[in-house]
Amino acid sequence: MVNYYVRRTARVFVTVLAVMTATFGLIRLLPGGPFSQLRASLLRQGVPAEQVNQQIQNLQNIRPDAPLHIQYVDYMASVLQLDLGTSISYSAPVADILARAVPWTVFIVVVSTVLMFAFGIVLGAVQAYWEGSKFDTIVSSISIAGMSVPFYVLAILLLLFFSYRWGLFPASGTADPNIDNTLSVAYFASVINHAVLPVAAYTITGIGAQALAMRGNSIQVLGEDFVKVARLRGLSDGRISTRYVARNAILPMYTGFLLLLGFRLGGTIILEQIFNYPGLGYYLFESLNANDYPLMMGTFLIITVALVIGVYVADLTYSKIDPRISAGDSSEAY
Amino acid sequence: MKHTETDSPTEGIDWQSEGSGTEMTRGDRLREIYERSVYEPGVVAWSDVRTRLGLIIIGFYILVGLVAELGLWRVPSTSQAPRLLGMFENWSYPFGTSSSGVDLAAAIIHSTPDILLMVLAGAVWATGVALLVGTVAGYKGGTVDSVLMSISDFVMAIPGLPLVIILAITFSPENPLFLGVILTINYWAGLGRSLRSQVLTIRENSYVEASRTMGTSTSRIIQKDIIPNLMPYVTVNFVFAARYTIFASVGLYYLGVLPYSTQTWGVTLSRAQDNGALFVADAAHWLIAPMIAIIGLSLGLILLGQGLDRVFNPRVRTRLAGESESVAGDEEETSTNQVM
Repeated sequence: MVNYYVRRTARVFVTVLAVMTATFGLIRLLPGGPFSQLRASLLRQGVPAEQVNQQIQNLQNIRPDAPLHIQYVDYMASVLQLDLGTSISYSAPVADILARAVPWTVFIVVVSTVLMFAFGIVLGAVQAYWEGSKFDTIVSSISIAGMSVPFYVLAILLLLFFSYRWGLFPASGTADPNIDNTLSVAYFASVINHAVLPVAAYTITGIGAQALAMRGNSIQVLGEDFVKVARLRGLSDGRISTRYVARNAILPMYTGFLLLLGFRLGGTIILEQIFNYPGLGYYLFESLNANDYPLMMGTFLIITVALVIGVYVADLTYSKIDPRISAGDSSEAY
Repeated sequence: MKHTETDSPTEGIDWQSEGSGTEMTRGDRLREIYERSVYEPGVVAWSDVRTRLGLIIIGFYILVGLVAELGLWRVPSTSQAPRLLGMFENWSYPFGTSSSGVDLAAAIIHSTPDILLMVLAGAVWATGVALLVGTVAGYKGGTVDSVLMSISDFVMAIPGLPLVIILAITFSPENPLFLGVILTINYWAGLGRSLRSQVLTIRENSYVEASRTMGTSTSRIIQKDIIPNLMPYVTVNFVFAARYTIFASVGLYYLGVLPYSTQTWGVTLSRAQDNGALFVADAAHWLIAPMIAIIGLSLGLILLGQGLDRVFNPRVRTRLAGESESVAGDEEETSTNQVM
């Protein structure tokens, strides 16, 4: 087993390095290359070429005139030291901006994903127990309808009604700027108040798919022999439903969780834009609009690293949750 | 997957295969293929309400696309109608009009063909690559397997939308087919992985082993024993990939990172918001109209997917079928689905 953990951890580093290389490549891929716009405008202002190069080097830790492989090594070295360059539009170190943004995005994504799974699992399990009942039919229909609503559509609708029409929740920001950013009850209340709509939009649209998946899994597990045997042994319903059925039905969903995480992290770029919520997605989009390459690449890198770590943790815990996995050497969650 | 249900065969599916009888053996074979792979699943699928509804909805969208292509509805342009008409206020503008007098129905109808093409391209690309990677990696094993899986792992580690946005800015794809491919550029990875694990299970089945012992060639085993068992899974995921393409494309049009020539649904959505449809009560329909178009199409796709899932997936049928149908290769849920 130790061998597996070592291999898995090594893979995290390899993936992160590969992603860093990819971001380096992407900078070059973007139209006009990095900073061509900035360079042109600086040169037009009569700044000497050497100074321009110096300035650009400060911004992205790239010497534009150096050969590619040296640029690459420089870039990797500085990123590994958490030096992501300086944002052009905010004129602040990218690392500082991101350090402020990351907690909000993680907060939204984690809370909404956990809520989504909790609701989905409970609904799906109840549906499976009452398969074919009116409740089952109604919830299934609602789930299917819910699956066909993209989260941003719900987000706009929530904003339209709950914020602009009825004024129940704030339309933007993470907390009331008039309240000090301290560990006070008022601050927490404000944070939660601001997070309700984004979290709701992200949670509600995901429940349907989870409920349907859980329902399918539970129905299958309910038909298995070991459940029948458990019934024959006269075990209590509560024990059967939690220890025998729920556990086996939830396991396959755990793998879906890994894929989901990436899509949900990426989706924040739209969600945070709608709610003006200054997390990673928000800054990524702002930097795209402002041609702020250092910030763009830094955000992209951080989102990816967050995802890689999320999947890593999920992979490692998977073998803890499913005892069958740790027995064999196929320790992948997939 | 042999479907033995035979109820109400006549409705809907009447088109004949072209075995005209000039060449008996060939015609017979064609007819048999048709019966087995089109007619019988078709009947089973049609008997499910959800599939039927889904097909009707998608059919409707294709019809709308044809209306646009054949020029049966006016082309959207500014000041073609009174400003800010509500929905159904005036029946020549059923979805109402925008603040600059654009017929919203026209805007929606005329972007339908592009959306449909894009969705098709995205779904074909995502499932096609996944099927290729999954079967090759799963059946070949060894180095091929580990190389392919490392690549998928890497691709999966890149969050979808941000990558797509950067690619979209780089290439600014105007062609709907190319755009569809860009949107699902890394969607295949997760699906490919789960297809691989399915292949791994199927390959251990006794009938595959029997074929192998009998000396059947690898390509024939893949064709006859493995692919048919994957098809249900692939079909269902095709639908989910299609839905993902719609969601992603509208989202990115809404953000304004994709180039556009016509007012697609997402562009309409973002224009509405820019023009204050969130504050102005009279303009709310401007937001609602494209939303209806998006939700309608994805609802059709999901209903179809759910229906097909029901038809193909033994997991859902276990209760009915009892023990007679032993389930192999269904470790996973049928869908990479649940995204967004």
